[in-house]
Amino acid sequence: MYQTNYHRAASIQEAVQMMGAATEGKYLSGGMTLIPTMRLRLAAPSDLVDLRRIAELKGIAVDGRSVRIGAATTHEEVATSSALRAICPSICGLAGHIGDPAVRHMGTIGGSIANNDPAADYPAAMLALDAVIVTDRREIKAAAFFTGLFETALEEGEIITAVRFDAPAKAAYQKFPNPASRYAMAGVFVARRDNGDVRVGVTGAGSSGVFRHPGLEAALSANWSPDAVANVTVDASDLLTDLHASAAYRANLVRVMTKRAVAAA
Amino acid sequence: MGVDGIGARVARKEDRRFLTGKGRYTDDMSVPGMKYAVFVRSPHAHATIAGIDATAARAMPGVIDVLDGRQLLADGIGNLICGWMIHSKDGSPMKMGAWRPLADKTVRYVGDAVAIVVADSVAEARDAAEAVVVDYDPLPAVTDPVQALADGQPQLHPEASNNLVFDWELGDGAAVDRALAAAAHVTELKIFNNRLSPNPMEPRATLGIYDAGDEHYTCYTTSQNPHLARLVMSAFYNVAPENKLRVIAPDVGGGFGSKIYIYPEEIVCLWASKRTGVPVKWTSDRTEAFLTDAHGRDHVSTVKMAFDAGNRITALKVDTIANLGAYMSLFSSCVPTYLYATLLSGQYDIPAIHANVRTVYTNTVPVDAYRGAGRPEATYLLERTMETAARELGLSPAELRRTNFIRSFPHQTPVIMNYDAGDYEASLNAAMAAADWNGFAARKAEAEGRGMKRGIGMSCYIEACGLAPSAAVGSLGAGVGLWESAEVKVNMVGTIEVMTGSHSHGQGHETTFAQLVADRLGLPIDSINIVHGDTDKVQMGMGTYGSRSGAVGMSAVAKALDKVEAKAKKIAAHLMEADESDIVIEDGVLKVAGTDKSVPWFQMALAAYTAHNLPPGLEPGLKESAFYDPANFTFPAGCYICEVEVDPETGRTKVVQFVAADDFGNIINPMIVEGQVHGGIAQGIGQALLEGVRYDDSGQLLTASYLDYAMPRADDLPSFVVSTSNTPCPNNPLGVKGCGEAGAIGSPPALINAITDAIGNNQLTMPATAEKVWAAAQAAN
Repeated sequence: MYQTNYHRAASIQEAVQMMGAATEGKYLSGGMTLIPTMRLRLAAPSDLVDLRRIAELKGIAVDGRSVRIGAATTHEEVATSSALRAICPSICGLAGHIGDPAVRHMGTIGGSIANNDPAADYPAAMLALDAVIVTDRREIKAAAFFTGLFETALEEGEIITAVRFDAPAKAAYQKFPNPASRYAMAGVFVARRDNGDVRVGVTGAGSSGVFRHPGLEAALSANWSPDAVANVTVDASDLLTDLHASAAYRANLVRVMTKRAVAAA
Repeated sequence: MGVDGIGARVARKEDRRFLTGKGRYTDDMSVPGMKYAVFVRSPHAHATIAGIDATAARAMPGVIDVLDGRQLLADGIGNLICGWMIHSKDGSPMKMGAWRPLADKTVRYVGDAVAIVVADSVAEARDAAEAVVVDYDPLPAVTDPVQALADGQPQLHPEASNNLVFDWELGDGAAVDRALAAAAHVTELKIFNNRLSPNPMEPRATLGIYDAGDEHYTCYTTSQNPHLARLVMSAFYNVAPENKLRVIAPDVGGGFGSKIYIYPEEIVCLWASKRTGVPVKWTSDRTEAFLTDAHGRDHVSTVKMAFDAGNRITALKVDTIANLGAYMSLFSSCVPTYLYATLLSGQYDIPAIHANVRTVYTNTVPVDAYRGAGRPEATYLLERTMETAARELGLSPAELRRTNFIRSFPHQTPVIMNYDAGDYEASLNAAMAAADWNGFAARKAEAEGRGMKRGIGMSCYIEACGLAPSAAVGSLGAGVGLWESAEVKVNMVGTIEVMTGSHSHGQGHETTFAQLVADRLGLPIDSINIVHGDTDKVQMGMGTYGSRSGAVGMSAVAKALDKVEAKAKKIAAHLMEADESDIVIEDGVLKVAGTDKSVPWFQMALAAYTAHNLPPGLEPGLKESAFYDPANFTFPAGCYICEVEVDPETGRTKVVQFVAADDFGNIINPMIVEGQVHGGIAQGIGQALLEGVRYDDSGQLLTASYLDYAMPRADDLPSFVVSTSNTPCPNNPLGVKGCGEAGAIGSPPALINAITDAIGNNQLTMPATAEKVWAAAQAAN
């Protein structure tokens, strides 16, 4: 790791000030990707501004079916929230299967979403839940937030403060893990609203990051059952081929994970 | 058997230290004035070095010095060598290209060291290493061993035309061809044995200390064989004469073969310590471990097996290309030859065998022994072929094996080995019973109902351990003898220190070797210390690899104990005015048989050292040493049965049952043996399902971290069902055979045989990733 300066912000305002004073600063919100990257000397921020101790970024609020999760909420807190589990157990299940216990106690939902790793779990849920990403400057619909591999709509210095969504009638997440990293090789979050609207968020498989799949959504809107996806073609041409899996195999996994997610929802 | 003696499940003495964080590993060592080294490594798989400019790096904060390969050459430090000479079938010696500890003209793999930076801290050394400007002229690279042999490919070493290191054969090719022509059935297969990264928990590390006052060097290092390291560094690398070089391998956190070899870093840190005047420590990070630790396996083979009308094997023909990487590592030449082709008879009576092995340079890290070393490659090839043949012939896999088992011993194979003892059917029967083989059809039907494809596969392995008679291996090209040395020192009040040339890096020698002494003398195990891993403390040694520590290392201890007992009896007989032939040693007491006269062990020991009342002419003291050179290899064998369920929608394989029935001869500590088997099977399942080193065509390592190199984890593995049977080895005093590698040798074919059985498609290569299994299952439908 190159030398860096660590700052712990107590408020959003202080964090913004600290970032403004840094020559090449990075926000830190768990650091489960950033710290290993720095240790490998692949990233060299002059300053780290830690957001995890900012009180206003913490906590899970459930009001009826509306949910607000503070950006600095850890995966463990999401996984074990009984209020959340009562209305949206799928997000708890997703959080409970991110990384390992150490990662889940350090990593945060805001950090994960801001990083937008193409194999991260949360982005698929944000798309399928039609979530709103709340920042210190504005609110951004998830559909407009995730813009590419490790790319988001966040502007320079902008801080995610929370995510908001309404709990769906039914939802589930299924992932097929990469055997080495255990990140999703294909992860599918399905969510169905009372009005029959279905969204399918896919992570790990896309060549440009997380995406929704209109074909699967149409099939499931017409018939919410595992069998409904049997004849849906998942086009491999937009999917990722890498060391671990071909696009064709990922296309198969997307269909199978969707089917299993619907069965589990 | 006493409570701590042979056969007892004694808890490991060393675990208290390890589990409480009190282990002392090389990186824990610290000496006054010590500085830290970082190596500058090639980012290119193949390039010439036009120049190295370390001016800026030397001026950076904390930097003591930056040294490169030209200075190393000028100081007369020698090339790294391969210690086992193999001759090609045309009689020419293997083509050993120069391996400089720091490359001075050409780099040949990504990670090849070109310079060392010594600084006050690791961070400063890293910063400076990035500031060393190396002017590379990149050359084209080749990483695939088959491609590397073709015309027109990049050439790694001028000595080796078409990158061919040697073209070697074993066995009677003409007899094999005749049998193939006359065969009732021939099974043919193409076999890939995937390339593996060893991944010991502790990465390599070394601390080089030069004492200018005594002109003496001390090398702390992560070695499986410190005496061998000293020999090679002294005799070949010109670092220091043996009497001026102490090598210490303290606690070592796993080796699996990868810490047998002397790597550039030990040599360079010792040399750099003299050049800079400060002790120099280097510790590999995990990325460096992937890049520079010797890899294992990487074979491409074709096989033909001939059968007569009675389903008896009449011949085996094997053609193998083995990737050696960019340079010949210390034992790289013997792994795909005398540790591989000599095991191709397996458990079967095969009249004629011929193996042809070509070894190849490529722009990849050197390949050498890794848990099993040649024997997993032989076993995988043979047991995949047997399973395939059984399917082609319409026989059960057990029936085909039973038809061909060797049933009388000793048995001379057509490929050098003379098997001394075994009962292969006993292991097969034990494994089939433990696996409930006959109930498989019902389990398969039940799985079918859940949409899962269930399969079962077996593997009957043999291996050769206890390397080995020195004269025999010498005649086959070994540059060293393969004896072991031990010294038993009885202290003045009877406690015992055993100095052994074997080295424990996970095997539990501090327990099992002490059990041997406790068993022989009836002393409490806590009064016995096992000393290893230091050339100043241990007289001589050849180290630990090839499952040799029990068969060879403990046999040396047994021989030294014979001498200690003989002298102790003389002293006791004199004290009790009895005849020494009447003295027996039981429960820590020397007794006159048939009388109530006795002398406690501690009193005899004290008498040996007070020397007030010794038999006339007997030297004072009680310390005896022995060298043991085995009469033959040992031949552990067994049968492994694996049962899997494949999810046909994803291709994901779940190992639902794994049964191991092994014959390791006599067993010193069943708990430790089970642990060795468990670990070996885990590594074998890792090879079969998950692990595989991948380079891209330009020679960049794609699997350089655990994000991309899949290691087996607890949830990839079932609880293993293990058992042992026993045909004692007749060729060593303990009747032991060795158990360290069996799990890794026997398990991969059992797993692949099970998966191919489940999906109904025999075309599957390791690692059997979910995608490969899915595709193969699709193709079978």
